[in-house]
Amino acid sequence: MKEPLISLQGIVKKFPGVLANDHVNMELYPGEIHAVLGENGSGKSTLMSILAGLYRPDLGKIMVSGVEQKFRSPRDAIFYGIGMVHQHFKLVEPFSVAENITLGEKDSFLLSKEKLKTKIHELGEKYGLKINPDAKIWQLSVGEKQRVEIVRMLYRGSKVLVLDEPTAVLTPQEAQELFNNLRRLASANCAVVLITHKLNEVQEIADRVTVLRQGKVAGVLEKNQITAQEMVRLMVGREVALNYERKPSSAGRVVLDLEKVTALNDLGIPSLRECSLRVREGEIFGLAGVSGNGQRELAEVIAGLRRIESGKVSLDSQEISHRSPREIIDLGVSYVPEDRLGMGLVPQLNTMENLILKNYHQPEYSGRWLLKPKVIQKHAEVLVDQYQVKLASLHQPVKSLSGGNLQKLLLAREISGAPKLMVVIYPARGLDIGATEAVHKLLLELKSRKTAILLISEDLDEILKLADRVGVIFNGQLNGEFPIEQTNLEEVGLLMMGSRSVEERIDDNEPACL
Amino acid sequence: MSGLEFLIPLLAAAITAGTPILFAALGELITERAGITNLGVEGIMLVGAVAGFMAAVATGSPWLGLLAAMLAGGGMAFIHAILTITLRANQVVSGLSLVIFGTGLSGYLGKNYVGIPVPQSFTPVPLGPLADIPFLGPIFFKHDILVYLSFVLVIILFFYLYRTRPGLNLRALGENPAAVDALGLNVFALKYIYVVIGGMLSGIGGAYLSLAYAPSWLENMTAGRGWIAVALVIFALWNPVRAMLGAYLFGGIDSLGFRLQVVGVGISPFILDMLPYLFTVLVLVFVVARHKGRLTAPGALGLPYDREER
Repeated sequence: MKEPLISLQGIVKKFPGVLANDHVNMELYPGEIHAVLGENGSGKSTLMSILAGLYRPDLGKIMVSGVEQKFRSPRDAIFYGIGMVHQHFKLVEPFSVAENITLGEKDSFLLSKEKLKTKIHELGEKYGLKINPDAKIWQLSVGEKQRVEIVRMLYRGSKVLVLDEPTAVLTPQEAQELFNNLRRLASANCAVVLITHKLNEVQEIADRVTVLRQGKVAGVLEKNQITAQEMVRLMVGREVALNYERKPSSAGRVVLDLEKVTALNDLGIPSLRECSLRVREGEIFGLAGVSGNGQRELAEVIAGLRRIESGKVSLDSQEISHRSPREIIDLGVSYVPEDRLGMGLVPQLNTMENLILKNYHQPEYSGRWLLKPKVIQKHAEVLVDQYQVKLASLHQPVKSLSGGNLQKLLLAREISGAPKLMVVIYPARGLDIGATEAVHKLLLELKSRKTAILLISEDLDEILKLADRVGVIFNGQLNGEFPIEQTNLEEVGLLMMGSRSVEERIDDNEPACL
Repeated sequence: MSGLEFLIPLLAAAITAGTPILFAALGELITERAGITNLGVEGIMLVGAVAGFMAAVATGSPWLGLLAAMLAGGGMAFIHAILTITLRANQVVSGLSLVIFGTGLSGYLGKNYVGIPVPQSFTPVPLGPLADIPFLGPIFFKHDILVYLSFVLVIILFFYLYRTRPGLNLRALGENPAAVDALGLNVFALKYIYVVIGGMLSGIGGAYLSLAYAPSWLENMTAGRGWIAVALVIFALWNPVRAMLGAYLFGGIDSLGFRLQVVGVGISPFILDMLPYLFTVLVLVFVVARHKGRLTAPGALGLPYDREER
């Protein structure tokens, strides 16, 4: 048997009140792609931070090629050949690719661009990772930025490459390319560690999986043992539905109707361009797209938070284009923004206050001058109970809640208003399997109550699991839409990147953007 | 009087008047490149001016005065560094309190030095054959040694920022400290170093006033030059060469106003004194409007860095 490049032995890391890693063992062999799987809070980020030198373990050993080493800072980890590709790229946007790659190195006082470019070129040839060293980071796509991060680590001689949720921001094609590159790296005797919670990716690419649950290793699966059911069982500790029972949509009348809406983004550049879109009663319309293609602006236009330059937004055939957000709320539009703690909830306010943010002014909750604390508390108790939000106290600021509970709280507030239309952006972002399941079930239940739901997400799996119709937004326009039965992942991916080759498939009866 | 006879001394005076601002602006530029805004420049210059003057009076050496000014400026900036980098206090508030503190401290320290002459100040030293170049010579090469030092400093700083590895790290520090951290450099130590160096340069700017420009100590003798330096950094788009141009523009208008007063044009001296500041505001409006929405300021300028925050 080969000697492991890195071996973690009995790693223990305590944080106040939490045992984040409890005697974790892990071995990384050259040439393998090793997935680390676990729910939020299972300790996988802590473990990786220890490996990257950001945290020091309380107990346990890190062995590099059989010799124990202490990692005091990221510098040590880099020195021993461990390269971390963080989920949020650590790149300097206005710099060129070459500058980013050489950043932080100490070999010479002067920058020698030519030598650097040659070496980047060599690495690109060797591992098939081609990048233009002169391009500025801000000009690159997300996939290319990730490639820069990987090349940077290889440039520094990394033998172990740790990638934290690398596909979260990629289109399916970009993800496929990444996987090809990772395989090439593994075959060049690097060890690749993939931190993820996407089961299909693990099945596709991993040679071995370490599953963490509550800080402990719940199991290690070899290639031939990797099945979705088994991974979920180890991760969650119980069975979870991988696919939801989907009731056929009983789509009725058109609730939301956007006609050739144009709107500007914060920089004053048109980010919705004559976009048309319809969502019907009792259906989930899943809008896929790479973020930054007008999704946020679209949602804000509907919620009345963003002015439109031209076009028309109607709700139940009534124009709402220039109504105020409160009028739109009162007409039955509910908006669950991407940024839960920034826009959706007020972090410093407590649960009760957050739950009445949209209807505190209604006579039910407020007298002429004063709020009615008893009614408000009762209302909060009922919702918290009904939506199974786990919290210590109704009086505690909501910022201390976990992501899943925040999302449940937000949905509780929005759903309790019995909306006609709900606009929801990436509802499962950052949530673990258990919380994702809960949130998705809430949305499906809302659909069965005839609400029209516009689900905006970058996660295609989420859209495929929930939506009745799928549309793709690209560059501020709807770039194709189809019923779920005719949706094919590859095609959606192509459309997300702006390909228009399948236009003819767009149903003539459906409104399409011009 | 002929045009050249008026123009050459005016341009030469523009450089002298612009030099204290140039030093301070370069100091602020380094500080902001490291991601920290230090609005305390005015206070740091004042403390530098008084410390330099006191040391020069005590020792008789303007060079020791200069050293004292650097130490005092660096010390003031160190307070700002502790507050904003370690304690993550609001940078604007910390900077403003530094101005108030510096004004008070310099007034207190300098109250027995008002009206005292300095034994030896920095006086113009023509720079050999360079000073004999027609037109350019008298404008650029008949100054005191600190002016020459500022020329060299601009060139060094430009080269440092754009051509060297530590310069690359400095620029990255202001753009994305998380990137610098992830690559194993010590973000906190680097920020401290650059904030203190920035304060030292502002201290030199103050000492230039009290040891070269008008060798004497007067309470509040910076008269807002520290603020102009802060504004100049924006005008300069964080580029040392542009900072030099801006400082001389300001110096030029300053000396022009002075000359017009001497010649006796029928404009109130108060209005003439106002000109450089008014001009600064106008230039800033123009620059900001022209570069609207473009990425120019260091991306993480003014944001405290915390590794644990995600």
